[in-house]
Amino acid sequence: MDYFLTEEQKMIQELAEQIAREKIRPVRAELDQQDEFPREILGVLAQSDLFGLYIPESYGGMGGGILENCLAVEQLATACIGVATSFAASGLGAYPILLHGNDDQKQRYLPDIASGKRLAAFGLTESGAGSDVSGIKTTAVRDGDHYVLNGTKQWITSGGEAEIYSVLTITDRAKGPRGASFFIVEKGDPGFTFGKKEKKLGIRASATRELIFQDCRIPRERLIGREGLGFIIAMKTFDKSRPGIGALGVGLAQGAMDIAVEYARKREQFGKPIISFQAIQHKLADMAIKVEAARALIYAAARYMDTDPPDASKIAAICKVFPTDVAMQVATEAVQVLGGYGYMQDYPVEKMMRDAKILQIYEGTNEIQRNIIGQELNKEYSRIKETFF
Amino acid sequence: MHIAVCIKQVPDAKNVRIDPDTHTLVRQGVESIVNPFDLFAVEAALKIKDALGARITVLTMGPPQADEALREALSRGVDDAILLSDRAFAGSDTWATSTTLASAVRKLGDVDLVLCGKQAIDGDTAQVGPEMATLLDIPYATFVKKIEMIDERHLKVTRQTDEGMEIWKLPMPSLVTVIKELGEPRLPSLRHKMRAKKAEIPVWGVNDLGLDPSAVGLAGSYTQVVRVFSPPRRGDRIVLQGTIEEQVDQLYHYLKEAKVPGI
Repeated sequence: MDYFLTEEQKMIQELAEQIAREKIRPVRAELDQQDEFPREILGVLAQSDLFGLYIPESYGGMGGGILENCLAVEQLATACIGVATSFAASGLGAYPILLHGNDDQKQRYLPDIASGKRLAAFGLTESGAGSDVSGIKTTAVRDGDHYVLNGTKQWITSGGEAEIYSVLTITDRAKGPRGASFFIVEKGDPGFTFGKKEKKLGIRASATRELIFQDCRIPRERLIGREGLGFIIAMKTFDKSRPGIGALGVGLAQGAMDIAVEYARKREQFGKPIISFQAIQHKLADMAIKVEAARALIYAAARYMDTDPPDASKIAAICKVFPTDVAMQVATEAVQVLGGYGYMQDYPVEKMMRDAKILQIYEGTNEIQRNIIGQELNKEYSRIKETFF
Repeated sequence: MHIAVCIKQVPDAKNVRIDPDTHTLVRQGVESIVNPFDLFAVEAALKIKDALGARITVLTMGPPQADEALREALSRGVDDAILLSDRAFAGSDTWATSTTLASAVRKLGDVDLVLCGKQAIDGDTAQVGPEMATLLDIPYATFVKKIEMIDERHLKVTRQTDEGMEIWKLPMPSLVTVIKELGEPRLPSLRHKMRAKKAEIPVWGVNDLGLDPSAVGLAGSYTQVVRVFSPPRRGDRIVLQGTIEEQVDQLYHYLKEAKVPGI
């Protein structure tokens, strides 16, 4: 289907597709089996200018927006969302700086993130705080020209691999949600170390570690925005990043469907290719319906989100939920179409099914997304005085 | 330093068919690609540019649509591209092609190094590089897997031959043809891709190159293709089995029976 993309947007798609086909597809199984971080592929992505798609040209980026980033992420995800997550996570780490950093911070960090020279990461989740962000315990205490951080962040994507971390802390517990603040922490800062690499069901090419802060002293210039803005920055960052998670879902689902259709055309049972049976046709048809609907949503919503709309949080949540649920359903059905072969590691769909599950969990579980949508609906309709009855 | 890279647009080997009557390649409807070996030459030039800085001009001779091959090279980071295209160039054999490309390199004027792929995957002659060097009267090295700079005027090249490796010192200007061991070609970047899309590519014809039309194209070609045919199938083959000693005995027996001289 033609989404009337610009010449430049088509080029982004084409380039990301080429990287997915030539560089990621041939090694995805090995990266998965070896739990290997895809340094080399990230180097190719850096050289291809894709890390800076959403960063303004004045900070070394390509000056695009959410849609441009989603187009690249989707294509990479057709091959491996472990790799695509490692790529996209740098954007998640960069957004707090991009949205609320001062010019010095932007000058200092964004050009390296845009060129892919340094990876960024986002540190929010803790053992006692994920869905309930207000439960975070990591503290930052002002000490003259410095802040001192203490606490542990858990399950941080690209933890240990990234160089630049946007970290949410509590600066004033008494103020509740208005007492949280974001800081930029660099790998190598005193008192900043990493926990062991987590073993995961899927996206094994993505590295997940703890961030451990033990009297970690950082200059006060690392505060993003001002004290107390932490939660607002986190929510605004998610508004920008969640369509990208949807794009990961669209890509994964497309990749799984491609394999399912090709297999169904080649595999013969009862003397015919299995695609000639309606049971299989209907499965494939449902995949196509869901994938196209999810893609149409992401492309339309990403364009809309680039206009900074007032209902960004609701739309971002919709963008996260629908395509990621689609990805899980399509990957599961793709395994079913391939039958026993699909369950074996010789075909890529078992990995896709394992990988897809994280999409419904990370960056705000799909249940939390539905909460957001429900709450936003309640607010939206409370403003409407007329009746629909 | 100015590096000229000569490339060729060829049919994608994954999709070619041979016409059963004429035994020639069916080019209609087949996607064109840059000759894979030429992409190694582009990569070789870009490696030198990364290390030492250089201006890279990519050249191709072909029909107007061959500019796609040039844009492909531009999208990987080459600076300039020139298309050599003229009706008079049609039907060129390797000599006429070399004549045309060499005159373009001469017209560029300040070229220090000419890079080519070892051969094209359609013609497979491996002649154009050496012929160009001969016409330009510069030294050349073929089947090169590594290029290093010794100083501003000298290169060290490592050639892969059937007997082993040879390391040569070459003065510049010179011409080098490269093999795939040189290193995988890098992928395009978005910035270069966007520049490539918009680039105005100059087209040089017979007059621009100051060439006599009778020296190029079909008229300037010494090779005349009289007939293209598939070689006849070889006779029956025998696979020898057993220990090495037994196989040697059998081989001796067969050779003797076939009255091979000296047996």
